[in-house]
Amino acid sequence: MSDLVIKAGGLSKRYFITHEAPADYNTFRDKIAHTVKNLSGKKKVGREREEFWALKDVSFEINKGDSVGIIGRNGAGKSTLLKILSRITEPTKGIVEINGRVSSLLEVGTGFHPELTGRENIFLNGAVLGMSRPEIKSKFDDIVEFSGVEKFLDTPVKRYSSGMYLRLAFSVAAYLEPEILIVDEVLAVGDAEFQKKCLGKMDKVNREEGRTVLFVSHNLEAIQQFCTKGILLQNGQLIQSGTMKSVAAEYIAGFSVQHTEERWKDEEAPGNTNARLMAAKVYDAISGNVSDFNTASGFVLELVIDYRNKERKQLDITYHLVDEKGVLVTVSSSAFCLEKRYYEPGKLNIKTSFPGNVLNEGTYTFSRILLVVNREDVIAEWNDVVSFTVLPPPVSTFVGQNGKEGVIKINNLPWHITVADVN
Amino acid sequence: MSHHIIIEPGRTEKNYWKDLWRYRELFYILSWRDIKVRYKQTTLGVLWAIIRPLLTMIVFTFVFGRVANMKVDGAAPYAIMVFAGLLPWQFFSNALSESSNSLIGNERLITKIYFPRLIIPVSSVITSFIDFLISFAILLVLFIVYRYTPPVEIFLMPVFWILAFLASFGPGLYLTALNVKYRDFRYIIPFIVQFGLFISPVGYSSSQIPDKWKWLYSLNPMVGVIDAFRWCIVKNAPNPMLSYSFYVSLAVIVFFMWLAIYQFRKMEKNFADLI
Repeated sequence: MSDLVIKAGGLSKRYFITHEAPADYNTFRDKIAHTVKNLSGKKKVGREREEFWALKDVSFEINKGDSVGIIGRNGAGKSTLLKILSRITEPTKGIVEINGRVSSLLEVGTGFHPELTGRENIFLNGAVLGMSRPEIKSKFDDIVEFSGVEKFLDTPVKRYSSGMYLRLAFSVAAYLEPEILIVDEVLAVGDAEFQKKCLGKMDKVNREEGRTVLFVSHNLEAIQQFCTKGILLQNGQLIQSGTMKSVAAEYIAGFSVQHTEERWKDEEAPGNTNARLMAAKVYDAISGNVSDFNTASGFVLELVIDYRNKERKQLDITYHLVDEKGVLVTVSSSAFCLEKRYYEPGKLNIKTSFPGNVLNEGTYTFSRILLVVNREDVIAEWNDVVSFTVLPPPVSTFVGQNGKEGVIKINNLPWHITVADVN
Repeated sequence: MSHHIIIEPGRTEKNYWKDLWRYRELFYILSWRDIKVRYKQTTLGVLWAIIRPLLTMIVFTFVFGRVANMKVDGAAPYAIMVFAGLLPWQFFSNALSESSNSLIGNERLITKIYFPRLIIPVSSVITSFIDFLISFAILLVLFIVYRYTPPVEIFLMPVFWILAFLASFGPGLYLTALNVKYRDFRYIIPFIVQFGLFISPVGYSSSQIPDKWKWLYSLNPMVGVIDAFRWCIVKNAPNPMLSYSFYVSLAVIVFFMWLAIYQFRKMEKNFADLI
């Protein structure tokens, strides 16, 4: 018996995107005429069907006990791959062989029903994720303890705060014990401390019990810590697979070419029904240039977001800045700066600046930009939006500098040198 | 290893039915959820399962018995006669409406988790079936109220419960599959349910249908089911199994089940993309 648990060959998935023609029928009669034409003719009038390959000829093998990180930019095909592996959708071409029981966690709290109590939802969610009733019963107390919502166990979850809701949902998932666990970026939401607790639990499952874990994340640091092997996808194709380190390096290398400006057309703008990112730009704070950043001048990040959430909720924007190794440099949120944080739907113009004389030379990427409402719920997320390269200063300013030292560079830190009395 | 899965386009899984068995707990848990959720935040709770068919029965008794003055064979109070037909019919119409919307209502499950999709519409038919059993208790109350002794055939009732289940399951499942792709069915189903009431022997007896149209009339699978229910409940009602038309209904039921499972399994794999 080999140790191979997943063997995928030539996986491809095609979707059709239909573009509706702009609706310029003025009268009801036109509309009917149009519909009738559509019904009768073989070729749909005013509708274009465009082929789109979400995955193209992807092949890989995964051994028992591997923890595999799948990385790639937005739309690289990561989620499609997970959906195929978890048998939610079938591939258009290709074949996968899987040895072992698969559980997939593509969303936190799948199957949770708002009207049911916490207790009822543990059983419901557990069953939906593939746990048997005796199994849930035996783990019930642990799940409840892990979640820390004992007090509200008999309250309908619609009365829960979203934080509590997530904790309960995570806890059920954390006690899943399949032979192969597939996890999408579900850990992107929820409070950081609890996320760590869950990651720790999964890590333990993987290391101690030799289970196989497939993990999609944009958090390069976490993924490098957690995974030993990696798969890099780009535009639906497998670019590289191997050790997580080398794959992450390859991924990051793709960013060393800076792209400081992005702009999308209305219908192509990434996002969801809550918000779409229309434009993103990073420029030198002093010169305004979108290239040739230097260590001294600092930069400005400018975003245009089409905000469509009509609920009047407190809105904050957060970014994560990482360096070329995927090390998190800083996280900044408007929550700590602005007081009035309610916005009407519309195009939001967002600007935030970063001081000079801090970042050392290197390439930096805004790995995540998040929209958060009520300080808890992530309603939209964009990954690896823009990146820029900070060049070394034209002339080396002091003796003793030899290549790059560290992420940050602060030239004017106070120093004190005194000569001690020699008496 | 015990679980070996091959994923390939168009592959019909060998262990589909085994999978269905492995996920059998979901039948229970999804039906349980639907029942639990249905009566949350209602003051009367489960009583609604009794009130709804009771009210319909009263209206029907009045409309068909008093106003239209329709005749039914056999010897039993009119209310019991109507109710014997109304019970399976309500089960059928509930099962049809609930199951056809079940997949769309469970979109999140379908796009995020794998399990045999058949479980969702089947559990909503099971939910309707439980409602049906509750309503059946009303019938027993009616027996006491009217001091009515049903014939011995009443002991055959469970056999026809199963028949009613299968008769609802086929069309329900078929419409469920189609409704995912063509939402037009959302508008067609209420019409089928309304229209079906009149072409089923609920408010009248099927013996009132002229013999030369019997075969056409029996294409409605509920005709056989309702006739059988009457035979079990109403004294001196004709035995439907002595007439060929019962077997026409039976054949239609079997045909629908085959068609439904065939259609459902064909479309099942793309539900996540279509929904």
